[in-house]
Amino acid sequence: MEMNQQYLDMFIEESKEHLQACSDLLLELEKNPNDISIVNEIFRSAHTLKGMAATMGFEDLADLTHKMENVLDAIRNEKIKVDSNLLDIVFESVDHLEAMITDIASGGNGKRDVSEIVEKLKAIEAGKQIPSSTPVQQEIAADVAVEEEISAGRYLIYDEYDITVLQQSKEQGFNAYEITVSLRQDCLLKAARVYMVFQVLEKCGEVIKSFPTVENLEEEQFDQNFQVAFISKDSAEEIQKKVSKVSEIENVVVVPLTDEMVRKASKEEIATKERQQQDLEKSNQAPTKQKEEPAKKETNASKQSAHSKTIRVSIERLDILMNLFEELVIDRGRLQSIANDVKHSELTETVERMSRTMGDLQNIVLTMRMIPIETVFNRFPKMVRSLSRELNKKINLEIIGAETELDRTVIDEIGDPLVHLIRNSVDHGIESPDVRKSKGKPEEGTVTLRAYHSGNYVFIEIEDDGAGINKDKVLKKAIERGIVTKESALSLTDKQINELIFESGFSTAEKITDVSGRGVGLDVVKTTIQSLGGSISIESQEDVGSKFSIQLPLTLSIISVMLVEIEKEIYAIPLSSIIETSIIKKSEILNAHNQKVIDFRGKVVPLIFLDEVFEVPRSEAFDDEYQSVVIVRKGDKLAGLVVDSFIGQQEIVLKSLGNYLKNIFAISGATILGNGQVALIIDINALMK
Amino acid sequence: MVTVAEQESIKVIVFKLMDKEYAIPVSHVQGIEKMMHITRVPRTEKFVKGVINLRGVVTPIINLRERFGLPPAENTESVRIIIVQLDDVEVGFVVDSANDVIDIPVKSIEPQPEVVGVKEEAFISGVSKIGNRLLILLHLDKVLNLSE
Repeated sequence: MEMNQQYLDMFIEESKEHLQACSDLLLELEKNPNDISIVNEIFRSAHTLKGMAATMGFEDLADLTHKMENVLDAIRNEKIKVDSNLLDIVFESVDHLEAMITDIASGGNGKRDVSEIVEKLKAIEAGKQIPSSTPVQQEIAADVAVEEEISAGRYLIYDEYDITVLQQSKEQGFNAYEITVSLRQDCLLKAARVYMVFQVLEKCGEVIKSFPTVENLEEEQFDQNFQVAFISKDSAEEIQKKVSKVSEIENVVVVPLTDEMVRKASKEEIATKERQQQDLEKSNQAPTKQKEEPAKKETNASKQSAHSKTIRVSIERLDILMNLFEELVIDRGRLQSIANDVKHSELTETVERMSRTMGDLQNIVLTMRMIPIETVFNRFPKMVRSLSRELNKKINLEIIGAETELDRTVIDEIGDPLVHLIRNSVDHGIESPDVRKSKGKPEEGTVTLRAYHSGNYVFIEIEDDGAGINKDKVLKKAIERGIVTKESALSLTDKQINELIFESGFSTAEKITDVSGRGVGLDVVKTTIQSLGGSISIESQEDVGSKFSIQLPLTLSIISVMLVEIEKEIYAIPLSSIIETSIIKKSEILNAHNQKVIDFRGKVVPLIFLDEVFEVPRSEAFDDEYQSVVIVRKGDKLAGLVVDSFIGQQEIVLKSLGNYLKNIFAISGATILGNGQVALIIDINALMK
Repeated sequence: MVTVAEQESIKVIVFKLMDKEYAIPVSHVQGIEKMMHITRVPRTEKFVKGVINLRGVVTPIINLRERFGLPPAENTESVRIIIVQLDDVEVGFVVDSANDVIDIPVKSIEPQPEVVGVKEEAFISGVSKIGNRLLILLHLDKVLNLSE
């Protein structure tokens, strides 16, 4: 059972990848509708998906993929032309497939009513889109005939060399057979079974040919059946018995290979050869295309080899690894202090070397959690395409920096906010083509999605060259909704006005469209991003465009902090909110309305005495002429946190306080220090109202 | 989880607070630890002593004496932290000592004797007399409920 789950997980992951590849390539195909190599690649992905789905027993999924494959095949054989309407339907199928996979992933059986889309695909496949000229019809008819033959179990095609071999072996008294082996539906290690079948066969004869090819068989690139041409002195019955002994095999059919079968097949072969010849001529006519193709193949190959060098590890296991590693860190701390006490040079040396190795190890463990943001970004091209068709807009989506790496936990959370922002840009930002024209802009609007690293942060920007934010409209709405008063509205800066659209219950959409304005506003986006420890800002100029910038911590699990001490307690203050540390004289502290303040570079900054806030028990009153102050910031407000002393800057692993202690005032989490003790992390946002 | 009624007996961890013996079903106990450094968490209930590092997991600690309104004890060598898990909540109980695992026949469990005015009364799900020992079974849900 557990095994099945494991295979299911693998199936889901891989299916998602193939579907992603399908949508990416379909988009590319729309741009280069004549590039058959793209169709071939889509076909390959679809075919693999079909095979996997059939193996796992998801009939509906396999069936729909099969129908889609037929359409792709027709495109590939240039029986139908690629256009946007056709692609709409193929995209729709991909959507259905995605929905099925999602269903399977959430424990369903992947069943779904797809009759409508299947009808559409069948209609395309039947050539309804092309003018019905007789030769084409005939070709289709012929093709159907071939397909029927294939479904009747005729796959193997013999060339002249094969025929010679077969004839010679017959003269030597060998029998030639065609063997069709069907693996069981639930066969888990198909390649292994194939190998075993070949082993059996090679003991009693020689395999001349196989369908699919041996390489494909090894890579499990087939459904349930494969065929081999086989010469042996044994009888058909004996061979059948021997092969059937291999487990997980459903059926073995051994048919004597007649001359007629060989010849008929070779005729087909000639036909395909002719077709290949035609293709070659065509590609000769388009030399640039030919150049492109090998290059593409190369990149494909490198992609594949890179793929085979990775393994999937569940995030839970990484968490366990991380926890174990932290225990090691704690023990290292103890060893170090023991080594210091004992002052044994060999021990000291060993501990030092161990520390260095552990430093490297820590880096590796941490980077293992990082994955490129590509996994989030690559679902957007398709989304923008369907949105722009829905809204009758022309939109070009540019993606920059998809390779930027982020912590897995952040990746999981950031998808939905981004979907929202992109929908917002497409719906409210980019104008319709005629409006754009009248404004003197190109008809096609551009949405740019950009990601990059900077310091300990990742920035994600969504920029469009659309209408921008109409400030008067925003203000009017904000006053209407009671978010700001008329009086205060006058004093707002442009930036503040822009940021009003993040307020809850705010939507500038005049009419509710299908795309946005369904009650979920940008305020949700803002909250989500803030809950990830990030921030979002917006720049906009009317009729020029808007830019949403999201700033996110590289990882949620590791942050840089300043460790401070109050009495004997150690607290961590996130470096991201610290401006600087300073030591002030007691006499510099001023009183303003019962609030102690200091003059920090000409600015009046309130002081927060952490020992009071955290009710730290003091054995004796802390009295020093100098006070250590950490100047922190929340937005553009400043405050000074008064502590006993600074310990220093450190990277720490963020830990939750668990489910029992929730909503502790001004504490956002905890971490474990080198000595094994827990230190609490101060939540600056809560301290500064 | 098998309900108590279906079982012949339940295995419990027995621990001491003052001079009384208490019991928690072993199925809820993750482990028993020696006393270690506890980091105080400010602005929490008084009986929440803080958090410890339990092999990489930050675990809250409750002092059961204080939770039950009993007088505080000196830290002795026998003091233990019993790590208890209830649903998705994991906490440690500081107890005077813990050194016994026994089976209690289900039949021997009686409802708590009605004594008025004892704070711990609210946390007791029943009592069981084993030989000459009187074991007090704890109602974990209520012990962990912060709003009481």
